[in-house]
Amino acid sequence: MQLALGPAQYYWQRTDINQFYEQMLSTPLDIVYLGEVVCGKRHQLRAADWLELAQQLAEVSDKQIVLSTLTLLESNADFNWVRKICDNGQLLVEANDLSAVQLLAEAGLPFACGPAVNIYNQHTLAHLMSLGMTRWTVPVEMSARQLGEVLNACDSRPEVEVFAYGHMPLAYSARCFTARHLGLDKDNCDYRCMEYPDGLPLASQEGEELFVINGIQTLSGEPTNLLRHYKQLCELGIDILRLSPQWQQMEQIIDAFDCARRDDLDTELLPPGVDGYWCGRPGLELIARSGTGAPA
Amino acid sequence: MELVCPAGSLPALEAAVDNGADAVYIGFNDETNARNFGGLNFNDKNALRALERIRNRGRKLFVAINTYAKPDSFARWQAAVDRAAGLNADAVILADIGLMGYARERHPELALHLSVQASATSAPALEFYRQQFGIRRAVLPRVLSLKQVQQLAAASKVELEVFGFGSLCIMAEGRCHLSSYVTGESPNQNGVCSPAKTVEWRNAAGGLETRLNGVLIDRFAENENAGYPTLCKGRFIVDGKRQHALEEPTSLNSMALLPELKAAGIQAIKLEGRQRSPAYVAQIVRTWREAIDEVLQRGADFSVKDSWRDTLSKNSEGKQTTLGAYDRPWQ
Repeated sequence: MQLALGPAQYYWQRTDINQFYEQMLSTPLDIVYLGEVVCGKRHQLRAADWLELAQQLAEVSDKQIVLSTLTLLESNADFNWVRKICDNGQLLVEANDLSAVQLLAEAGLPFACGPAVNIYNQHTLAHLMSLGMTRWTVPVEMSARQLGEVLNACDSRPEVEVFAYGHMPLAYSARCFTARHLGLDKDNCDYRCMEYPDGLPLASQEGEELFVINGIQTLSGEPTNLLRHYKQLCELGIDILRLSPQWQQMEQIIDAFDCARRDDLDTELLPPGVDGYWCGRPGLELIARSGTGAPA
Repeated sequence: MELVCPAGSLPALEAAVDNGADAVYIGFNDETNARNFGGLNFNDKNALRALERIRNRGRKLFVAINTYAKPDSFARWQAAVDRAAGLNADAVILADIGLMGYARERHPELALHLSVQASATSAPALEFYRQQFGIRRAVLPRVLSLKQVQQLAAASKVELEVFGFGSLCIMAEGRCHLSSYVTGESPNQNGVCSPAKTVEWRNAAGGLETRLNGVLIDRFAENENAGYPTLCKGRFIVDGKRQHALEEPTSLNSMALLPELKAAGIQAIKLEGRQRSPAYVAQIVRTWREAIDEVLQRGADFSVKDSWRDTLSKNSEGKQTTLGAYDRPWQ
């Protein structure tokens, strides 16, 4: 089982981004995804800066470095950003929408598909594989049962990656909810999402943590955590577990997953999280409360 | 400029045709369509009747098969495409790549429209679907500003259809999992958002509460109109502030932009609302028919009549409308 660090969802200071990825180099991660996936206005690192950072990391590390593209494209500027990433000429690209798929397929390059590309069945998977897709990160709302059905029905399968830890990206909008909360227009947002390095929590009027607002993106209020399903993930033949970057305690989370793959996990020390989607239930539910096997 | 209207039942279809629809879109009564609500949509018998009425009046029939096919029941989605082809529908509206491949191969003569659920927002994304499956038209997600729609229209090699009026999805369609996160059912997989079977209305000490799968979506004072608990239109707490953090109950209305949309070369205007009553369909279709006829006659001199605005407001969520993402300040 390989461990991957997914692309960062939040907007961080340039120096913090550099420092974060520097720290990640000394963790047991196998794969690191890099790039802006949420908002084309964010400019602490532009496309060229992400490319440069990715190339630097690839030079000094034996981890696989992958470049991720924007998820929701609206303007020509957004598309030009995606084009620059796809044209990098060196590193694997994770396509997060069909524009990137089109560019990469036209160029005859292998590509990965991120969780916001809607691949829900074996026929869609086969079609994209015929165009060069080599790795598939499964939509976050797909259950273990459905994933098993897709994989069983495949003649050949790509590398399969599952979103195993972190706040799940649930939705993308034209509207910036962080700006709305602060009483600003998106066009004059002052990049204030940077003030919330782990997003802005949204709770019900009863205090239930429902979602996390992150600019134009809405994330799950609870992180998903599939550690308790580690055995089942192995049995399904999952190749890669994706851990989503967060500002706090990233190293501890990576360590917990690394312990699981060395069969050395103290389940008392698990980070919190839900697993409803994986169990075919509403995403916010927690089904498996103990062990590292399949739910009872 | 074609007026594409919703019908969740035969009476609604008749109302759409009687009031000036150029095309009507329907779905079969299962999870293959994105308005999979109890008592709505068409079985084979009613679909045939729908076709007969459409043909008698010289209009077009589109069939929406626009959810994502499940791995264990792909055959159900294939069968829906076969049924639409068997009806000789004028187009099917699809979102799933695997299903488009099937439709193209099995029914090469069947026109394919790309559903809004496919969330294609750029010229290369549209080009992907054109090259791979020969789509003839795409419905644009409600996330683009007017300027972005104009740019896309200039670059697109396929016809474009945009939303004119109806319930406003504020998230990019096909890329929203809020509903499944809370209720277990999603637009993508089940054709429903904030499904009625998980809704609870409860009179409590703090006022009337609306819940989805037990989660409090809003709480209303006596003088407030309680709306359906659509997740993105609830009132939540952010940073200690109780607010419509995502969106207020409101409907999209782009009528004021008709001259610009026409000038940009937009080929069709879509009205949302297969879940609505025949009376609703009749009113909004008639209003939009008059407006489109006016814009075809008067071009840039077009202006929205007060009577049209009133009719649309009356039929809106929360009795208010917005230009949504077409208008930058909304974003």
